[in-house]
Amino acid sequence: MSGTNVGEKVDGSNTMNNKNISLPMSRVKLIMKSSPDVSSINQDALFLTTKATELFVQHLAQCSFKRGSGKEKNTLSYSDLANAAEETDTFQFLTDILPKKILARDYLRSLEERGEDGDA
Amino acid sequence: MKAIDRESMAERPEDLNLPNAVITRIIKEALPDGVNVSKEARRAISQAASVFVLYATSCANNFAIKAKRKTLNAADVMAAMEEMEFERFLQPLREALEAYKKGQKGKKEASEQKRKEKDKKMDAEENDKSREEENEEDDEENMEEEQEGENEREEEVDN
Repeated sequence: MSGTNVGEKVDGSNTMNNKNISLPMSRVKLIMKSSPDVSSINQDALFLTTKATELFVQHLAQCSFKRGSGKEKNTLSYSDLANAAEETDTFQFLTDILPKKILARDYLRSLEERGEDGDA
Repeated sequence: MKAIDRESMAERPEDLNLPNAVITRIIKEALPDGVNVSKEARRAISQAASVFVLYATSCANNFAIKAKRKTLNAADVMAAMEEMEFERFLQPLREALEAYKKGQKGKKEASEQKRKEKDKKMDAEENDKSREEENEEDDEENMEEEQEGENEREEEVDN
């Protein structure tokens, strides 16, 4: 629904594109190198990954905010992010680190139900 | 089913995080003015960004392996973006890379220019009198430092 809108915003954000990058490439390189099967990374690839990470941060924030509940309250909350991760295909890889919060009561109930299913 | 081992994530050293100040600034610039971003949300986005780097790296690395290369290159990263369905990033990335390359080239030319001028000056001085200054190399060292310090605020980035 609001997907196209968000896309335009990311693509049209020239201010970010013009001034290269703000995240430190050295730090991004460290993260990349922490991956065991990566041997070496050329400078352009490092630059692109850093830039892509910035675009990703913008995109994630914008998507979560637009579809989020805090729009009226002018806030971006954790649950907006968790919802975006669960409901947006491209953010699926984030569901592990952005688990939805549920009440312990509900969790216990769902465990019970699952247990009953298993027994039956 | 989605079993990520939280233990190993918690054990990761701090320096696999991206600097919070920069992440916060990027978030603020992406959202309308006056939006309040909760601390928890900021931390979550920062973690998501690190995971994004790892995911992109692993995708890009697969392309490099397929092509029997050991070094990740720009094409690998672009292919990774497509595979991750972030096609929307491709155009801005192309533009940014072009600008970056131009910047790098400009820097190189500027430093070569400087060196030539320096050589000229040296020649002239040698003709004038015997060279008494041999500390000309300082300039070059300074230039290298400038390049490295390009990324503002690299908090605690050793090893």
